[in-house]
Amino acid sequence: MASSGRTMLAKIWNQHVIARLSDDTDLLHIDRHLLHDLGGSRGLLDLKGRGLSVHNPELTFATPDHAISTAPGRAGTSKIGQELLAALRVETSASGIQMFDIDEPGQGIVHVIGPELGLSLPGCVIVCGDSHTCTHGGLGALAFGIGSSELTHVLATQALIQRRPNTMRVKFEGKLPLGVTAKDLILALIGHVGAAGGTGYAVEYAGSAIREMPVEGRLTICNLSIELGAKVGMVAPDEKTFEYLRGRPYAPEGEMWDQAVKAWRELPSDADARFDHEVSIDVTKIVPQVTWGISPEHVIGVDGRIPDPKEIDDPARRAAFETALDYMGLQAGAAIAGTPVDWVFIGSCTNSRLSDLRAAAEVARGRKVAPSVRAWIVPGSETVKRDAMAEGLDTVFIDAGFEWREPGCSMCLAANGETVAPGQRSVSTSNRNFVGRQGPRARTHLASPATAAAAAIAGAIADVRTMER
Amino acid sequence: MPKPFNKLSAIAAPIMRSNIDTDVIIRIERLVGNSIRGTLGKWAFGALRYLPNGSENPEFILNREPYRQAEILVTGPNFGCGSSREGAVWSLQEMGIRAVIGSSFGDIFFANCFQNGILPIIVDKAIVDSLAAEIELTQGAGRVGIDLEQQTIISPTGKQVRFEIDPRRREGLLQGLDEVALTLQRDDEIRAFQASDRAARPWIHFARKSA
Repeated sequence: MASSGRTMLAKIWNQHVIARLSDDTDLLHIDRHLLHDLGGSRGLLDLKGRGLSVHNPELTFATPDHAISTAPGRAGTSKIGQELLAALRVETSASGIQMFDIDEPGQGIVHVIGPELGLSLPGCVIVCGDSHTCTHGGLGALAFGIGSSELTHVLATQALIQRRPNTMRVKFEGKLPLGVTAKDLILALIGHVGAAGGTGYAVEYAGSAIREMPVEGRLTICNLSIELGAKVGMVAPDEKTFEYLRGRPYAPEGEMWDQAVKAWRELPSDADARFDHEVSIDVTKIVPQVTWGISPEHVIGVDGRIPDPKEIDDPARRAAFETALDYMGLQAGAAIAGTPVDWVFIGSCTNSRLSDLRAAAEVARGRKVAPSVRAWIVPGSETVKRDAMAEGLDTVFIDAGFEWREPGCSMCLAANGETVAPGQRSVSTSNRNFVGRQGPRARTHLASPATAAAAAIAGAIADVRTMER
Repeated sequence: MPKPFNKLSAIAAPIMRSNIDTDVIIRIERLVGNSIRGTLGKWAFGALRYLPNGSENPEFILNREPYRQAEILVTGPNFGCGSSREGAVWSLQEMGIRAVIGSSFGDIFFANCFQNGILPIIVDKAIVDSLAAEIELTQGAGRVGIDLEQQTIISPTGKQVRFEIDPRRREGLLQGLDEVALTLQRDDEIRAFQASDRAARPWIHFARKSA
């Protein structure tokens, strides 16, 4: 057998092996550990309860995002949310961990601030007690979500026992059609391979559409890796990555920057690297996507029709479609466009960066949110909020009738009590349309920021490409 | 520290819908707070288990006898996908579940199970389906056996199936090992790695905000 080159995953992985534990399992060094308010203080208290201390506080960073209110002035943070915030302050301070607190630059959704601050770097191994940690892979990092027990393990040891995943490469080829965004590409992929299509894999996204895509779009693509079952998603670092990171607060500077970039240039998969599975997607065929069901794999083009379970042969799949349609209150065979909506949520670690807000503002500018719709803009971080305000985007949104909020996770997972009411329908730029995700019996349609803004204006699911300008 | 797992013979409940995510297993609002352990069992599968008025949904399998006593779940593909919340595993554990058998699981859920002494078993979908069919034929009365030492499942009619499991994880469950304590025994190796890595990749270790 001819020898083959190494994948980016293998290069980063091998560089982090502290000890080989078996044929396929290693003890890996963790370069960055990010804590948030929902699990951070719990982990630190758990550690203390075991009589242990944080192994490397200087590699650990914290911010509140999940349980804090995003109302102006943080009004309405629940008692328990306030307790978690207070505990995060006390426990990070006691352990010497830097925390980015509310109203400070640096605070925000943990997966927005990591890249924004230059904490997340190419070749890094990054973990966080949150499944969307795969987001940071957009910079060429190996980043993945962990549970509470693994979180405590990392606090105690700065290392983690991990089994080497299989590798999949997804090539997005071609030029993006007008109105089609990173979010549409990754939703279309999930529709194509299914919500378990990436289970057990680390996915590398490649191809001309990825090379042309700005870093923020790559972060969105990697963010939804977990929705196709993959714990890890990554994009090879390139000049766009280096330009994005240069000058960020925690990125290296001077000689150390040059040394880092030299190392980062070695990270991309070798030309002859072999992947366990390959998928190729022609992006010129993709239209703006919107989900119709209760799994991200239940996705269609915004100009499409809701699938009819009667046309599906496999009984389990047919039953799943029937359950989904029933929950969502939709008619099989009907056009998805024109479905009336009650809520629009633009935010979350998927789509709350400056470029996302710009795309939504482009649609909102000079228009009005339909009277029947309540529409929120929740910037991903304090810095995104301030940058957007400096451009006047807040005014564009407020003039159009959107509510301009404080940064946090908010209605993506509703951990802070910000929910869509039972039976109401939401178009959301977040990542999960699961049963009850945005609140008990809430009905969620996932879409891009532009498509979500179009829905807010139209009062119904709408094709942003056909809106007159 | 996880409870050791060795053998089990128990009532098993088939929950065969695909893509049951961890939000469905436990809603986030039940997990907000630092003192939640011990409160989660009754909220497991809340959206399926209870009607909007809060009463039990009689249609849901875990609300029916003998499945209320289930210690094993037989699950559809991609069970436990989505959120990394370990509370999903805690809620199953608190309602008495000790093992889950399916054709695939969410990667993070799968890892979280081992951390809590719950055995997740992956076997072919055909085996999962036939196990579910056998359980339903006996209306849940037929017990399912699991022998981790032997790596076997015994179906209600006595059919024996072998399953594969990572030897490290098998050992960890059999002995109820504490991974943190084990890794701390390698602290010299961790520190040696960091010392040489500081020279090779200083930008990782000296990340301090430029003034």
